[in-house]
Amino acid sequence: MDFNDTPEEAKFRAEARAFLEANCQPKAAENDRMLRSLKPKEYMQAAKVYQKRKAEAGFAGITWAKEHGGRGLPPIYAVIFNQEEAKFDAPSGVFAIGLGMCLPTVIAFGSEAMKERYVAKALSGEEIWCQLFSEPSAGSDVAASKTKAVRDGGDWVVNGQKVWTTGAHFSDFGILLVRTNPDVEKHKGLTMLIVDMKAKGVDVRQIHQASGGRDFNEVYFTDVRVPDDHRLGEPGMGWSVALVTLMNERLAVGGSYGPDYKEVLEFARAASSPSGDGALIKNEAFRQKLADWIVRAEGYKLAKFRTMTALSKGQTPGPESSIGKVINANQMMDIANTAIEALDHYGIIDDPALAPIDGAFHQSYMFAPGLRIAGGTDEILKNIIAERVLGLPQDHRADKGVAFKDLPSGR
Amino acid sequence: MNFDFSDDQKALKDEARRFLADKASSKVTRGVLNDAAISFDQTLWRGVAEMGWLGAAIPEAYGGLGLGHLELCVLAEEIGRAVAPIPFSSTAYFFTEALMAAGSEAQKAALLPKVAAGDVIGCFAISEGPGAPAPGAIKAKFDGATLTGAKIPVTDGDCASHAVVAVREGAGVSLVLVDLAEAGVTRTTLKTLDPTRGHAKLEFNAVKAERLGAAGQGWDLAEAVLDRAAVLLAFEQVGGSQACLDMALDYAKSRYAFSRPIGSFQAIKHKLADMYVAIEVARSNAYYGAWALSTEAAELPFAAAAARAAGSDAYYLCAKENIQTHGGMGFTWEVDCHLFYRRAKLLAVQAGAPAVWKEKLVKRLEQRNAA
Repeated sequence: MDFNDTPEEAKFRAEARAFLEANCQPKAAENDRMLRSLKPKEYMQAAKVYQKRKAEAGFAGITWAKEHGGRGLPPIYAVIFNQEEAKFDAPSGVFAIGLGMCLPTVIAFGSEAMKERYVAKALSGEEIWCQLFSEPSAGSDVAASKTKAVRDGGDWVVNGQKVWTTGAHFSDFGILLVRTNPDVEKHKGLTMLIVDMKAKGVDVRQIHQASGGRDFNEVYFTDVRVPDDHRLGEPGMGWSVALVTLMNERLAVGGSYGPDYKEVLEFARAASSPSGDGALIKNEAFRQKLADWIVRAEGYKLAKFRTMTALSKGQTPGPESSIGKVINANQMMDIANTAIEALDHYGIIDDPALAPIDGAFHQSYMFAPGLRIAGGTDEILKNIIAERVLGLPQDHRADKGVAFKDLPSGR
Repeated sequence: MNFDFSDDQKALKDEARRFLADKASSKVTRGVLNDAAISFDQTLWRGVAEMGWLGAAIPEAYGGLGLGHLELCVLAEEIGRAVAPIPFSSTAYFFTEALMAAGSEAQKAALLPKVAAGDVIGCFAISEGPGAPAPGAIKAKFDGATLTGAKIPVTDGDCASHAVVAVREGAGVSLVLVDLAEAGVTRTTLKTLDPTRGHAKLEFNAVKAERLGAAGQGWDLAEAVLDRAAVLLAFEQVGGSQACLDMALDYAKSRYAFSRPIGSFQAIKHKLADMYVAIEVARSNAYYGAWALSTEAAELPFAAAAARAAGSDAYYLCAKENIQTHGGMGFTWEVDCHLFYRRAKLLAVQAGAPAVWKEKLVKRLEQRNAA
């Protein structure tokens, strides 16, 4: 048992570090919240420049096959690069969905012509991708998608609405799950298309979140024409294609967010205890909570080390990595809630200039409810653990053997 | 990155699981549960000694297998899974670790080979009443030659042949080694929540004893032993938690209500998923403890406290929800759920309750950050 890299891994880590040192600034502090000072336009420009260099240096698509511009290395090397990249102010976020979910789907199901057209430009950051799955009435039950595509000559004509699409407002292309046959069971009537986000009839509107931010979009499709050669997989096979995309999503959304327990310790040294006779860190009830957070944060970090070990041995991590988001989203909420309450009445002040850690607890408090839902709700993730890891039987389903058009849909 | 046990260690674990499935079925545990006159299973104890497990971490020079602590960790997980009714932890974790950490050459040479052979059963006596053991709470006295005082409760104190006892010596605390066959020792068997393990009150009336380690160093030594034992107990807790989840899963897949398996209901699924998550957190923390223990890393006190806190919480959750998943059947004497529920509580409070280890964890975080 050890935490050391193999000689090959260590060599790769050193290369990654050299690249990062040459191309980005190290984070000022371990928990520095990235590139705060950049405006959206400057950020996007910096991101595209960075991604191009990353691709040229062979650090984009580390696990992708060489024929697709990748390096053909085992997943452990991508983990190593990500670990190193996390120590820098690297603007890689806008490409995460495209390169983490969309393009692997294009590579798995696209024709040679599609791969030739799209893969290299995505990898070099020239084109940005988004994923169009969720709908107003298809969230956890994403296979209930209603957005329909009807064949017209060599094209599909798309009408409908997608929602919660991250980055749609700055994306060039998207993978789009559509209903092509409402007369068969719901999982059998779906098809996956590549859609040009700048095409006529595509209307992107930013969602105003409960947290105040605008990170996601609604996307409306009105008579949008998609050529049939932009189809991924056979008509009616869209669900199998979507599963490949979603498998990658849960890995991507598993990181930790918000102030960590070390920052909480600092905070608790400065804040005062409810009895008013000393620092919060001296309060026993608080210390017990802090211990629980340490145990879970360490447990999550160490579980990732176990996953890395499996990857290092060439094994593939399974759906057990779903535990990350269940642990982190709830912990983030609990920490934020406890810290805000510890400030007593002052805790209501949501001004970065006045609140502790530049208002990071307040941001966490407002963002955590979204995190418990995004990329699979807590409940869906627990179903996945129960069914795919623990082997429990599926719930009774009301949609078995019923044509999609005949399913009850509520409001 | 190699944060996992080796193939040899995994093979040892498989071998241990097969051995215990055969020799330590719940029938064996129930044999001890149902008979107030016995406090452990003799046959299983001899079997475990013959397998060499008691000496897994004892060097070959002292009659052990000289394997190491990672091997002892995988054995602990299986012992925990089996709810084995033997004084394994008292002997192989507490007594042995104390002897190896502080024993003189003569003490080690005299006792370790007998421990490895199963001829010595050890115990570790620090508590003198309700509440977390603390140096100020130790009243039992050592005058340089004899020991006077009482310890309650002492796990396996009713069957042990030897004890390591925390005592007051002058102004400080020391550890002493006592042969419990000496004159002046009175043992009173205690009725506990987990009768599958023996417990006693030990009273010492001018009993011959010898110091273990330096005078006045007893509390530091005891803390070090507790940290080492904490990691091993955490593995027992992980093993017990996993056994509860496995049992609950079996039942949820085969028990029908409303004409379908109860495991198809989300209420049950989410309960079992919560158990799984708690076990993954506990297992990962326990592995870190194993690494720290086996490498004598400076992180051991922090890792041990985290492993122990995670293990106690996971086992309690899994043991109680295993009963709940079984419904009424889970509340019967005949179904094994209560064996785990009982053992979960013993392992949670023995050598420091969860709140005590959580406090240690935060204190150690503060110390680490200050350093």
